[in-house]
Amino acid sequence: MQRIYLLLLLVMLLLPASLASAQTELSLWYHGAGNETERSILIGIIDDFNASQSDYTVLLEEFPQESYNSSIVAAAAAGDLPDIIDVDGPVMPGWAWAGWMSPLNLSEGALDDFLPGAIGEWNGEVYSVGLWDAAVSIYARRSVLEANDIRIPTLEEPWTGEEFDAILETLQATGEFEYAFDPGMAWTGEWYPYAFSPFLQSFGGDMIDRSTYLTAEGALNGDAGLAFGNWWQSLFERGLAPGTSQDGADRETGFIDGKYALQWNGNWAGINTLDAVGDDLLFLPAPDFGSGSTIGAASWQFGISSSSMHKDGASAFIEFAIQDEYLAAFSDGIGLIPATAGSAAMSQHYSDGGALEVYFELSNQQALVRPVTPGYATLALIFEKALADISNGADVQDTLDAAVDEIDADIEDNMGYGFEM
Amino acid sequence: MAAMTFETRQRLLISLRISLMILISAIFIFPIVFMIVSSLKPDLQLLRDSGSLLAFVPYGDISLNNYADAFERVPMAQFALNSIFTTAASVAASLLLNSLAAFSFAFLKWRGKALVLSLIIATFIVPFEVIAIPLLLVVNSLPWLGAGGIEIGWLNTYHVQIIPFIADSLGIFLFYQYFRDLPDELVEAARIDGANIWQIYARIIMPISGPILATVAILKFLGMWNAYIWPLMTIRSEELRPIMVGLQYFFQLNTAWGEIMAYLSIVTIPVLIFYLALQRAFIESIATSGIKG
Repeated sequence: MQRIYLLLLLVMLLLPASLASAQTELSLWYHGAGNETERSILIGIIDDFNASQSDYTVLLEEFPQESYNSSIVAAAAAGDLPDIIDVDGPVMPGWAWAGWMSPLNLSEGALDDFLPGAIGEWNGEVYSVGLWDAAVSIYARRSVLEANDIRIPTLEEPWTGEEFDAILETLQATGEFEYAFDPGMAWTGEWYPYAFSPFLQSFGGDMIDRSTYLTAEGALNGDAGLAFGNWWQSLFERGLAPGTSQDGADRETGFIDGKYALQWNGNWAGINTLDAVGDDLLFLPAPDFGSGSTIGAASWQFGISSSSMHKDGASAFIEFAIQDEYLAAFSDGIGLIPATAGSAAMSQHYSDGGALEVYFELSNQQALVRPVTPGYATLALIFEKALADISNGADVQDTLDAAVDEIDADIEDNMGYGFEM
Repeated sequence: MAAMTFETRQRLLISLRISLMILISAIFIFPIVFMIVSSLKPDLQLLRDSGSLLAFVPYGDISLNNYADAFERVPMAQFALNSIFTTAASVAASLLLNSLAAFSFAFLKWRGKALVLSLIIATFIVPFEVIAIPLLLVVNSLPWLGAGGIEIGWLNTYHVQIIPFIADSLGIFLFYQYFRDLPDELVEAARIDGANIWQIYARIIMPISGPILATVAILKFLGMWNAYIWPLMTIRSEELRPIMVGLQYFFQLNTAWGEIMAYLSIVTIPVLIFYLALQRAFIESIATSGIKG
């Protein structure tokens, strides 16, 4: 009898260990190393998920954002991708097309309430989902607009293109500002397509023909593209905006210091600017150049690697992470737009009366995701170079035509990037 | 106008020379002064001052807050230890292996020596970026005897940051060039005295190779201390990351410039100490062999 008790005791002692070892480990790579707030929120979600069920344990590896994509590319080359991938929205189609990602397996209706920019779709399937989105608006001072008899635009009635242009001339003519408008030319890289392609879209053009994704002909260099290019170039020729030689420090502090009357900036800079400028600060919608006010969309999102042996577990974690309470926690922590209306209502900055409330509706009503194509990375580089060249005085039509040729050649070289040729 | 005396002309020349040296020194020192001064300022002040000479003046809201914040954001001690370990191991192994290889090229006779040396020198023109992916695939399929037995793949380890960089064509070439200029009589005399090749290497050649050891050590130290791309590709765990990767931790949506300057100030200190410690031998090596770092 004593032996049976001893045996039972041994089984009881070993049982928890065997149960623990039965848990499947899911690796999660995240781009937020160095951001303590983001880290603590994510760790909280992971802890909650790990405690909520007994099948999976999520293990976090953090990478710095600036080099995260390089680490993923290297891991893909080495066949060493994690189960759960963190991916920037416009990059996702490229990774999915390369076979590095698998579609998500979420419950029916899990994304019903989500902002369109937070859902990463490719080839008719959802590959990624974001816990937040980002949006851009015009930063302005109420006192400056009122002093110059300038109408304060609304979401329903934004400035028209002509109105916006006249406002810039008016503000420049006051002599109070170095430049009337700071589009942010010092922020090279992804800022150019993210922040400036909406102007092109508002003119009626686009970076690529989205009906086929096989050419940029007509979309980028058609009449609308030309009209946009001419207006864009005139901003710099007329001295209304600082050009590509803009000092990065001026970009950071120029609006706050009163060098620029208006600034095109993202919601992530909103709280710091509010702290410096106070209640006088306004976040205004993009002007409408004829085809509606448009802003960019899609930020970092979670997806699943195609090499994951535990896709159900990875999907379960992602579905767990997109609960409103976590979306609101991220928004409160890092200031970005919560991905659902429910979480916005729970958040500090985006709920009714919150300092950044306007951004949720901007994102909801005006956001257009960047071209959903695996060729986006190349497309973005070509677009950036074309815009910089035009701002520096290059012939608009020639520059746009050359950009179209380059984009089309890249699409052809890559056999249509998965689109039927 | 009265002609200048010889003495006056000499003084003028000396003054000009000193002024020029001060100017050149300033060009090299100003970025370091900017870095250290900026590390003491809050971000807004740092950015406002950056367009003027005030960038070099420690004034206003000066504090060590950026240093405290940098330590909080990045596990700096861990990263520094990792870098010190991988750098020290690479430098030590590199000095040994590359000097041995160069010794073989300089003093031993074997078939195909000239061809092998030419091939090694030819690898100078291949940038690391070109071989990075193939090297990644190679190290990912190599075995290693770990605590759990033989494991395949070196990713996410210390040794993947060290072993691929021990053999170094530049190091071999620099040692070879130095050894080649040593008098043959040294080796011949040792041979006549009955010394074998290991004794000649260890007791005759290496003791008189201080300058080239310092040069190769400094060049290898800089390369390893500044390692960035390779650790990005091969290291997943924070516990194994080197210090330069930590710099990327500060580039968030709102970049923490003051903390970046504080981090860089700390990262630069070991480089300066290492260089100053070997400075005399390094300069001697440059003076005698025309080698530039």
